[in-house]
Amino acid sequence: MRISYAGVDAFLLDMSEGVFRDDIQTRIWSLESLLKKKSEIQTIILGANNLLVTFDCEQHEASDIRQILHMTWEQAEAADIIPRELVIPVTYGGMEGEDLPFVAKVTGLSEKDVVALHTSSPYRVAMVGFSPGFGYLTGVPERLAIPRRDTPRINVEQKSVGLAGGFTAVTPSKGPSGWHMLGKAHCPPLFDATADIPCLLKAGDIVRFVSA
Amino acid sequence: MLEVLTNAPLNTVQDLGRPESIPLGVACGGAMDRNAFALGNILVGNTPDAAGLEIVFFPFKIRFHHDCVFAITGAPTKVQLDGMPLPSCWSMKARAGQTLVMEAPKKGMRSYLTVAGGLDVPLVLGGRSTDIKGAFGGFEGRGLQKGDLLPCRADTSRPIPAHGLGLADLLPVPDKEGIELHILPAAEYEEFTEQSQACLVEQQWRITSQANRVGFRLEGDTALQTRKPLSLLSHGLLPGTIQVPPSGQPIIQMADANTCGGYPKIGIVVEPDLSLLSQMPPGGYVKFRIISHEQALVRLRTYHQHLRQLTQQVEATKAYIITR
Repeated sequence: MRISYAGVDAFLLDMSEGVFRDDIQTRIWSLESLLKKKSEIQTIILGANNLLVTFDCEQHEASDIRQILHMTWEQAEAADIIPRELVIPVTYGGMEGEDLPFVAKVTGLSEKDVVALHTSSPYRVAMVGFSPGFGYLTGVPERLAIPRRDTPRINVEQKSVGLAGGFTAVTPSKGPSGWHMLGKAHCPPLFDATADIPCLLKAGDIVRFVSA
Repeated sequence: MLEVLTNAPLNTVQDLGRPESIPLGVACGGAMDRNAFALGNILVGNTPDAAGLEIVFFPFKIRFHHDCVFAITGAPTKVQLDGMPLPSCWSMKARAGQTLVMEAPKKGMRSYLTVAGGLDVPLVLGGRSTDIKGAFGGFEGRGLQKGDLLPCRADTSRPIPAHGLGLADLLPVPDKEGIELHILPAAEYEEFTEQSQACLVEQQWRITSQANRVGFRLEGDTALQTRKPLSLLSHGLLPGTIQVPPSGQPIIQMADANTCGGYPKIGIVVEPDLSLLSQMPPGGYVKFRIISHEQALVRLRTYHQHLRQLTQQVEATKAYIITR
């Protein structure tokens, strides 16, 4: 684990070893739940094989926090989460999946095969972040693990299903995106600021896509 | 109730943001110049988390619908209450029906209007600040429009002298020529070439026109480079973080920054310098100076101590008025 300052009152804990690994992430979920019980820790932001914490630097010495983080990481084991499972129907291709032909081309697959592959495996929510309710889904089949677009699109509709950098996701709101868009998801809002539970997805959830 | 008399979609209700909601992907948000905002709340006797207005679009006019103690802080604007000019960083009582006019500041970008009790907008996800991108929080999740009626909470502060009350040491407002920002080295600092590490602190960085509540893009003669190309996984991102995208021209994350990103990070601007930066206009220059965590902590503690002293002084002054 590499620890660096992310602010006067914040540390970034980086456990990554190159490409994203699911086993590291499940241990990070466990670390998160252990740290939530520590009164010294304020905000915990999950990342992909990393985690950021803030603390009250007027109350606590950075060296003490550092020690807590190291000790807690040693205690963290693969999280024993009983995952919720969501099935999200997707209309692939067309106006809201305008990158489907491109993805087919760079992967050397037919569009039908891309859809078959994208719907073939269950995904897990690694973390929520970037924009409100945006869940990074891991478990993308290797052939679909393609890099981001060279030029981001200025405006992507909400509930677009995208693919980039070994992750797949459903966009909670309209906005710019550098991901390849495969289709349109049919699901409840992914984010509602006024709801008791604002985000549809949470880390650890299993998501399956089916062709609508 | 405050009645907004001018359309100003970039003027927004702000507080100290919603840091506890960052894990939901929600921007921290809140006042860009947290220092000026804190002083505004101190002057009117509020707790630090009370909501006020961030004003970046001038002239801005409001009418008070009831007697109300208010303060103006931040970039020094020409302020008039029913035609009567007020000093910078000043607090006083407005009578029902009076109109406040704020003209564009000559220096600085953002002014703050605070009212005793704070603005009474709903608490959303732990904060009252406006999230423009998400269209929630603040007043109806948007910037202000002519005709908006902003409710105020009950004023529980002490009375204020008839001609008002101000701060003796005015807020620093940076010159366009340049300010020095204290930074901590961030996770990938050592991954940058020696030349880039030197350039970071030696060269002047110009603030480009892409400088807003989300981030400030900078431009320098020599771009920054890592020793080898880095491919990082997405990680949490806090305001103040200096990211270096492939162009080598840094971006400083501000209040409304996305909550995670993957560009290499060379440093972190620490408070109160991030507040100072928020007052810099496009075309202005900044320089960076690296300090240790111990030094950053001393600066932050001194600054917080200063705010506590000011709070006590304002309260003592008001208490003195009552006894007379």
